[in-house]
Amino acid sequence: MQVIARFLPVWIALVVTFVLSFRFRRKLGLYGKLMESPVGLIGLTIVLFWVFTALFADFIITFDPLAQLSGMKNIAPGSPLANPTESAYPYYLFGGDHLARDVFSRVVMGARRVLQIAPAATVFAFMVGITLGLPAGYFGGKLDTFLSFLANLVLAFPVILLFYLLVTPEIVETGLPMYFAAVLFIFPIVFFSILFNSRYKTNPARRNLYVGITLVLGFWAYSGLAFNRDPTGLFSMDPNLLNVFVSVVFVNSPGVFRIVRGLVMDIKARDYVAAGQTRGESPWYIMLWEILPNARGPLIVDFCLRIGYTTILLGTLGFFGLGVSPESPDWGSTIDDGRRLLSVYLHPAVVPALALMSLVLGLNLLADGLREESLRD
Amino acid sequence: MPAFILRRIGVMLLTALALTFIVFSLTNLEPNLRKLAKSEGSVRMEEPEVQSWLEENGFKSSMLRRYGEWLGVMPGWTREVDGAMRGRCIAPGSDPATASSFCGVLQGKWGRSTVFKKPVTEILGRSLGHTGWLMLWVMIVMVPSSLLLGVLSGMREGSRTDRVLSTFAIASTATPEYVSGVIFIALLASATAGISPMLAEAGWIEGRTLFQGTATSAMDDITFWNFGLPVMTIALYGIGYIARMTRASMTEVMTQQYIRTARLKGVSASPTW
Repeated sequence: MQVIARFLPVWIALVVTFVLSFRFRRKLGLYGKLMESPVGLIGLTIVLFWVFTALFADFIITFDPLAQLSGMKNIAPGSPLANPTESAYPYYLFGGDHLARDVFSRVVMGARRVLQIAPAATVFAFMVGITLGLPAGYFGGKLDTFLSFLANLVLAFPVILLFYLLVTPEIVETGLPMYFAAVLFIFPIVFFSILFNSRYKTNPARRNLYVGITLVLGFWAYSGLAFNRDPTGLFSMDPNLLNVFVSVVFVNSPGVFRIVRGLVMDIKARDYVAAGQTRGESPWYIMLWEILPNARGPLIVDFCLRIGYTTILLGTLGFFGLGVSPESPDWGSTIDDGRRLLSVYLHPAVVPALALMSLVLGLNLLADGLREESLRD
Repeated sequence: MPAFILRRIGVMLLTALALTFIVFSLTNLEPNLRKLAKSEGSVRMEEPEVQSWLEENGFKSSMLRRYGEWLGVMPGWTREVDGAMRGRCIAPGSDPATASSFCGVLQGKWGRSTVFKKPVTEILGRSLGHTGWLMLWVMIVMVPSSLLLGVLSGMREGSRTDRVLSTFAIASTATPEYVSGVIFIALLASATAGISPMLAEAGWIEGRTLFQGTATSAMDDITFWNFGLPVMTIALYGIGYIARMTRASMTEVMTQQYIRTARLKGVSASPTW
């Protein structure tokens, strides 16, 4: 009961979201239609629950996720504190782990870690996949052969082996992740520059404004994220985190590339594309403003599924001890920590395991609901 | 058709070549080699000693050359150290004159693992055997059960059976192996939680748990007790995936003309498939 009470901010946010969504569901397009599919609704509820948990994590946690209290080692769920103090919360709601840390707070904080990295990595993978997949599918020929070979090469790589090779301190020493980041992080900038350039080519003033904003913001973030040399210090990334992030993006983008390529090859033969070509539109305009919007349905579904896979992947990394940092409360590392004493103390591993499972399940159900609703019209 | 197969095989070989080169170069990066030198020589080696160790053991030539040596298309390195011939293809203690000049993967010389202190072929063979047994049992469990699930849910699309089975399929694809493994151990192989204590109390199982939590003993002798959990864990992930594919093609087939004709002729739903 107290667990449910701790999640109070989440419940309030959920209720507000759903009341508003129901009120305005006619105006919200695909999202509004999702309200009518039970499967999608369940998925959305689970996903939103974890999103709000991540947002309000600071209010929900009962202890510092790294704090170790004496006498609380491997203690059973719901135990009162061994030495209660005035200010501290009186219980370990889900028990303590092998270092006497509060499992409940760690899982809640872990949600924030996972939901920070997984969607962001998926967005980057989509940027890379779309920017390369569009021309490969549209132009075909040598370019397509070359890019497809590269994509197959990455796909043929056993993921675990790749991670064991990439996510090691020795590799960080060589600066290899930084080069990877330098290549992968340039794609969003390229994508948005081409996007605005092709749209407003006839209107140079606006074109220059939009492309200018993209380039300034893009390279500002780029210098901070990839090289950790942002002059203002606003964008920066821990080298370990960067390494994990880059590896996940690298593994995911070939999959997106292949989906986009397939969709483009299908849509390329439609009449409106031919109409655009006859009007004399540039190839990039056709790709980004004619083909891409019409491919959005399958891409949105794949986006949901892919966040789920990325979450699993991050968990795998943490599980093999290749995570962001050994202290980090992300779910994979927590499961790995709890696994060693699994046959005696279950709760340190089972709670994050259930959390990870429910998030991925929610994303899968959401994707299913979206697919059903987008197929309907 | 033969041309197509030949081309695919060519692409496959090219991919294998590229992949092995990438893995080779990643493992042969400078910091990794320094680590190897320290673990093989001594932990307290200083930088010059590390460099000379690398020099003596042939790690100083170019990456491409070393890859060629490993692959067996370039002659292995030889060098005189302290008056004795040493080389990639010369095993310690053997006569340098009898050693062949090429020794790489293509010649069947896979080398020796410095971690396990055993030949690589032996380790690979052993692991391959264990993996083979595991995969065999996974297939035996996974294929029939997933086909059954897929066919059952695909027969009447939208029915309650379909909903329940589809949800199960989605749930099982949403559960990575390391999560389902933990949950299975909690449910079936823990002496304190799950159903094992109840079963033990009722006297239905010998021993304290229904399954064993680790599969180490399965290396010598596979039993239901020690091998059930690993097989279940791996099979579960695939079951959902295959069941969903089966369901999709099943629903497609069920709408076709010959099924309707068979139904009209009075054939009941079950024997049609």
